[in-house]
Amino acid sequence: MSTMTQSTDADGAAPVEAVTGPPVRPRRPARRRREEVEAAAASRGVNRWFVLAALFAFVLYSVGPVWWLIVAATKTKQQLYRTNGLWFADLNLVENLQALFTYQDAIYPRWLANTALYGLASSVGLTLVSLAAGYGLARYSYRGKGLTMGFVIGSFLIPGVLLTIPSYLLYVRLGIFDTVWAMIIPGFFSAFSVYLAKVYAQGAVPAELMEAARLDGAGEYRIFFQIGMRLLSTAGATIFLLHFVGTWNAFMGPLVFLRTAEKWPVMVGLYSWLQRGTDSQYDLTGLVITGALVASIPMVLLMISMQRYWKSGVTLGSLK
Amino acid sequence: MSIQSVAGRPRVPWRTAQKWKGASFTFPFIAGFALFTLVPVFLGLSETFYTTKSAGGLGLGGEEVVSFTGLAQIFTAAQDPTFWAGMGRVFGFGLVVVPLVQGIALVMALLLDALRRKVVGRFRLALLLPYMIPGMIATMIWLYLYSPAVGPLTAALDSIGLHVDFFSSGMVWVSMGNLVVWNTIGFNMLILYGSLQSVPGEIFDAARMDGAGDLRIAWSIKVPFVRASLVLTMLLSIIGTVQLFAEPTLFRTVAPETITRDFTPAMYIYDQAFMVGNINYATALSIVLALVVGVVSAVVYRATNKADEA
Repeated sequence: MSTMTQSTDADGAAPVEAVTGPPVRPRRPARRRREEVEAAAASRGVNRWFVLAALFAFVLYSVGPVWWLIVAATKTKQQLYRTNGLWFADLNLVENLQALFTYQDAIYPRWLANTALYGLASSVGLTLVSLAAGYGLARYSYRGKGLTMGFVIGSFLIPGVLLTIPSYLLYVRLGIFDTVWAMIIPGFFSAFSVYLAKVYAQGAVPAELMEAARLDGAGEYRIFFQIGMRLLSTAGATIFLLHFVGTWNAFMGPLVFLRTAEKWPVMVGLYSWLQRGTDSQYDLTGLVITGALVASIPMVLLMISMQRYWKSGVTLGSLK
Repeated sequence: MSIQSVAGRPRVPWRTAQKWKGASFTFPFIAGFALFTLVPVFLGLSETFYTTKSAGGLGLGGEEVVSFTGLAQIFTAAQDPTFWAGMGRVFGFGLVVVPLVQGIALVMALLLDALRRKVVGRFRLALLLPYMIPGMIATMIWLYLYSPAVGPLTAALDSIGLHVDFFSSGMVWVSMGNLVVWNTIGFNMLILYGSLQSVPGEIFDAARMDGAGDLRIAWSIKVPFVRASLVLTMLLSIIGTVQLFAEPTLFRTVAPETITRDFTPAMYIYDQAFMVGNINYATALSIVLALVVGVVSAVVYRATNKADEA
């Protein structure tokens, strides 16, 4: 696993280096030499044990709470309160899942489906819009381009909270308040994604290639859809992934823009259970815990399987 | 260059058409950006110029009267003690937690950097796990871990003689800070570890020749090398903490007495808009918040740039 991420790390960072100009190029041999030096240092006994022990403590801190969640999701309601939180009691996971997926006329699977729908639809739209805009900004020069870039960079500083209430007013006027469209269409437009696509396109789409395609008689749009999009697929995957994860986590937006419980994404739904759980007779704690575990599994799997994309997003983003 | 002459077509229209097509790639984004970012900003601004009052005087029955009050709402919002109390809380929180997260992440990155790359792979996934857990879920997990009824923490601390109420007004920031640290150090460690990898190895050889130890090398060579990326992530994180909403809202379900409904500026805005129903005022508060974020970003950016030059 580690070797895979290392090689892809380097390849994800390639366009960045192309943008920032000449970086430390002869890195490979230097790194190898450094490796030997480090290895020599690492074998110096005490230090090495100290480093390992400290890292091990960090690992416990990182993994412990997740472990607790997994264990808690397998317990019955009584055991949740009475048994040691860090070890299994009776395995009750299947019953808990059944309860979770059937409670309130199966509203939880509905929330999950909503979340997936909002995430997929808005991320696909966002990826297309951002790749096109980034490609246009990177590969053409025309009047007004500077202004567009100014707006893109300037809007990084607009805090999301500023837009929430005015967006609510706008959605009410547009008639998309409390509809699925409020969760999908506004998600198509993100200045940060355009910036990411632009930075990537500068390194990944050679002007010579476009010129050659023109000589062969391809139109500008055809060049984009047949050549540009393919060369930008890594950037596209990164934009898609970051936004998909973002919509999965979104809370304030859906809380403000959606009223009907059937349209909520899973995070707002779990929040409503958490809120109700504290003042109703029926204890929802078990449901929230199992629901939280189920809702994080897709994210963890996605993040692990697509490491190279969000990591390249990290390096691109840190250029900002 | 020769393309146009071969075709024998006039030069200007061909290039112009290409430029237009090039620009048109950005049109969908520009249209959407204008509608969903610029229009709301102006809508928000215009909304603050009006005050909505119920004309009936006696409660709910009366009609609503909207009157133009200019900048009055913004001035009221800018002087609102509740708003500034919330602002003080999130700023204090950000000033402690943001450097703390970066500090711990830096320690983790330096520790990883001291190991051979093969060993690093084993640790990295485990250390990144909290970052892969959605922030809302992370908050719920810690809410339960802190809870005296379900979580193991209170009992464990009791057994060593420490009686801690994680939701008391004194502890709630520590509890929330720990949760934010847990959720974000992995990601920041990744960025810092990445920039540590680009430190050229020759420098270490030279330093060792001069008799520098491991700690000295870490502090005097590695740390300065990653300072630029540190500054940037700190700036973005501070903007993030000023807008704190989800975590305190979830904490409020457990400790409504400590976490009041106007605990942070974002919570206050939400409360004014949807619980009190004063959209005009909520918008005015949003604008003041945006101004504060803008000023803080500018100040932090300038200060850190100067520090880098010095």
